Amino acid sequence: MRAALKMLAGVYALAVYGFIFLPVAVLILYSFQATLFPIPPFTGPSLRWYEAVLGDRRLMAGLVNSVSVAVLSSAVAVVLGFLAAYGFARFRLPAQTALRALITAPLMVSYLVIGMGLLILFNATGVPKSLVSAGIAHAVINLPLSFAIIYSQIGDHHLYAERAARDLGARQWQVLVLVTAPMLWPALFASFFLAMTFSWDEFVMAFLLTRFETTLPVEIWNLLRSGLNPKTNAVGSLVFGVSIMAVLIIELVLVRTLRR
Amino acid sequence: MSPLVEIRDVSHDFGAGRVLDGVSLDIPTASYTVLLGPSGSGKTTLLSIVGGFLMPSEGTVLIGGKDCTGLLPARRPTTTVFQDYALFPHMSVGGNVGFGLRMRGDPKRERIEAAGRALELVGLPGVFDRRPHELSGGQRQRVALARALVVEPAVLLLDEPLGALDMKLRRQMQDELKAIQKRVGAAFVHVTHDQEEAMALADKLVVMNHGRIVDEGPPEQVYSRPRTRFSATFMGESAVVDARVLSQDGGRLDLESPVGRLSLPGTAAPGSTIALAVRPESLRIGEPRPGDVSFGHGTLGEIVFQGSFRRVMVVSQADPAITFTARAPLDQALSSGERVHLSCRPEDIILLEE
Repeated sequence: MRAALKMLAGVYALAVYGFIFLPVAVLILYSFQATLFPIPPFTGPSLRWYEAVLGDRRLMAGLVNSVSVAVLSSAVAVVLGFLAAYGFARFRLPAQTALRALITAPLMVSYLVIGMGLLILFNATGVPKSLVSAGIAHAVINLPLSFAIIYSQIGDHHLYAERAARDLGARQWQVLVLVTAPMLWPALFASFFLAMTFSWDEFVMAFLLTRFETTLPVEIWNLLRSGLNPKTNAVGSLVFGVSIMAVLIIELVLVRTLRR
Repeated sequence: MSPLVEIRDVSHDFGAGRVLDGVSLDIPTASYTVLLGPSGSGKTTLLSIVGGFLMPSEGTVLIGGKDCTGLLPARRPTTTVFQDYALFPHMSVGGNVGFGLRMRGDPKRERIEAAGRALELVGLPGVFDRRPHELSGGQRQRVALARALVVEPAVLLLDEPLGALDMKLRRQMQDELKAIQKRVGAAFVHVTHDQEEAMALADKLVVMNHGRIVDEGPPEQVYSRPRTRFSATFMGESAVVDARVLSQDGGRLDLESPVGRLSLPGTAAPGSTIALAVRPESLRIGEPRPGDVSFGHGTLGEIVFQGSFRRVMVVSQADPAITFTARAPLDQALSSGERVHLSCRPEDIILLEE
């Protein structure tokens, strides 16, 4: 009886993980297809489609754009999130709880709504569709995330160290740059990389807010419109690989810090 | 010579509560001042006000004759050793100690040299490149001390600096603190609730309770001639007896007390109520000698062997609410439940202000 239950649990777990990862596994498998269509039977392995991706100027431009947008928007989100978290942790503000709830609220609003809102706002104010607008949108959605992570990590020991720094003559910016930020380094790092992964494969807002130059997910969507081929699998696998790498870096860094 | 720090009529409110109430205090140059009191007595608040971390609700703080009441901590000739050390975990020990000099803009070479000297002063050479988390609690304490001393403050503020150390380390650090104070010649102001620590360290002892200074002076004086009921009972043990002044005649008081009529030297207005304190070591068990003041009879309670003497509790027969603590020599035969006579020399009775 017990053995049967155990087996059932195993099968269930397998089904769950299969449900999550099988599509990705199939996507990656058929990116190595040697023939024209990503459908069984598997004819590879071949790197033919990866070659095609790397030779595709539009996809490569999209990749560079995506990386720039991800790095810059995440940096902006982390800096603003850090300053907001510091403000909430160190100062008594009127309607503190309400303001804090408000700053994290975008986490629960759909990207579509935020994207459309920004689109309307940018239209009204005459800001052209561009990578900068997409970057602003990514900073908007990642700021609450960075804020939440950093705010949760600010504790009393930071306060004491800041007080000591001030006692020894540090100015406010020196306190932030030399004491608070370095002490919060793991949280800053984690929120930066998380924000990067979100920006890296964000589609809806990038689609709404860019025109001629655009990010990789939008370029992939353009590619998909002309039908399925293993090239889309290859570029999808690349996107997935980059995300996995970012997650691994976060894990490694956080595990190392926790062990200390 | 005018005092280095003058605290004048300082009061402070936290919300509705008054944590400091009209405190005035002088802190002399090159001395060790200890603020002693139970938690909630306002001693740490007073230290924070001197350090500039709190702005008092009322009153002024002068340091070196200059009004510092509203000045930021960085602008004062004070530095603080915090209770939790507050070291910078992401910097090396040398980086921590040199921080104040770096903020002052000293060149790197001088910083390294000065930090090295400060670490040597606190007895921690050779840890310059280590990280704070690699050090023991006692070593971190020393780093915090070096970090605060390296900028050569006129006043060093120490907030329960030995609180987190175990007893043995505590007594050792205590001796070193005093030696370091002598060496650097700055004024140290040290907050503690440990009376033993306070008595060992202080040139000037300040006893605080409920936001007020209830006694101050050299520790010997505060111990042997406490001014108030609080300092008489907080600094060592005392039996306290309330009495009413019947008359005063030629420097002698005639008193009515729950343990009988007493006559002793002193001055007080007839009809007023005063309190008398007696230290355990002043009390005598046995028939009073001529000229001694008798406290009547009592019943021996607990007897505790303390090595060189026995600590005995005696409950007064006239008023069982009063318990005397006395030190009995080891050769005196005593047993619990026995009825004994208590007395002491008149000059050992301390008249307290309320």
